[in-house]
Amino acid sequence: MSGREGHEHGHDHEHGDGHGHAHEHGGHATDDPAHPHNAPLSDVQLRVKALESLLTEKGLVDPAALDELIDTYETKVGPRNGARVVAKAWVDPEFKGRLLADATATLADLGYIGRQGEDILVLENTPKVHNLVVCTLCSCYPWPVLGLPPVWYKSAPYRSRAVLDPRGVLREVGVELPDDVEVRVWDSTAELRYLVLPERPPGTEGLSEEELAALVTRDAMIGVARVEAPGTLR
Amino acid sequence: MNGVHDLGGMHGFGPVVIEPDEPVFHTEWERRTFALALAMGAWRRWNLDMLRHAREQMPPAEYLATSYYEHWLWGLERLLDRHGFLAPADLDRRVREGVDPDRPGAVEPLAGALCVDGVPRLLANRRAARLDDPVPPKFKAGDAVVGRSMNPPGHTRVPRYVRGRRGVIDRDHGVFIFPDTHAAGLGRKPQHVYSVRFAARELWGSDGHPRDAVYVDLWDDYLDPA
Repeated sequence: MSGREGHEHGHDHEHGDGHGHAHEHGGHATDDPAHPHNAPLSDVQLRVKALESLLTEKGLVDPAALDELIDTYETKVGPRNGARVVAKAWVDPEFKGRLLADATATLADLGYIGRQGEDILVLENTPKVHNLVVCTLCSCYPWPVLGLPPVWYKSAPYRSRAVLDPRGVLREVGVELPDDVEVRVWDSTAELRYLVLPERPPGTEGLSEEELAALVTRDAMIGVARVEAPGTLR
Repeated sequence: MNGVHDLGGMHGFGPVVIEPDEPVFHTEWERRTFALALAMGAWRRWNLDMLRHAREQMPPAEYLATSYYEHWLWGLERLLDRHGFLAPADLDRRVREGVDPDRPGAVEPLAGALCVDGVPRLLANRRAARLDDPVPPKFKAGDAVVGRSMNPPGHTRVPRYVRGRRGVIDRDHGVFIFPDTHAAGLGRKPQHVYSVRFAARELWGSDGHPRDAVYVDLWDDYLDPA
């Protein structure tokens, strides 16, 4: 696990914005609208420490349970789960059929169930349809198969424009779609959670299910990337 | 509420920047905030809709200037206060005084506190908002609908960009808790949720691509027949 503290920019303290870019300390700079700046950052660090100490002293939380919650989403539940599902769907048409018809039950058979994934739908990308998932109102995301959402998914640039200009957003992140492809954007406004089944890249016929799973990225399962065959230059 | 969290369709926030090999958490305080929110949620004094509503009430300028887990922290502090767990003055005092690392803080957690053994059960939740109530659907797949024109001051999950816009029911997801009443403590008001397909041209006019569409999950009470 990289980037625990002061990552990338070598700062010796933590950033409140959680994505490690240049930061004007103690100010409210708005020079770059893509990267909201925050109130002084040491504040949030102190505040959370104070909050945890008080709740622990009151017996309201058990710090060991907090550690367990964190460890679960840092080491156990993450996008490798979804990647295994995608690879299985690519090699097993019967499984794929069940997955598209009833993803919740099919994923439950694999143990991919639970919080923020109580009802999951799988959306198949084809040469004619490209699916893209967003939550414009907050950060809804299929935790059991993808883990916790990345910063960009929860941030204003993506949430604002994914519905209005999906092709522009996709172009920015390196996916150019021809005019004859239909883009379907899924705004996760209720308790349904969406997983994109990306297209299997050409030239991967000889790969095993495990090798295929290794190609599948988190971003492809949100719909902002394609899955590339091994050795493909981007 | 017509809050700043309802971001769909806005311009001006800059490009989408995907951080390569992004860690699950960037800082220790993010880790702790995430876990504290889940652990305190396990007391079941508030529901998910109340939690979302709490975060949405952060003042707009502050919301846009802070990061995701700062929204979580803000919402959590308000809920802790409202439900009698922790007074803001006590937290402020502890922040001023700092946390003494040698403080004998560890006490036996209360019987209702989330324990390590309770974590898998908490996370294995199979049912959030789906209900078995035999409520008849108002619409069926293929029906033409219009997003209801409404501006409720409380919590709602109908984004502004579909209000007054025409769409078509794509599928019926079944019966779910209604967030607007649930967030206000006014009951579950069970009703159907549908995936509604809105053509990009209907939503965005000539700036929408003629082939594209946005699918939005909407409750019966957010829809009228077109």
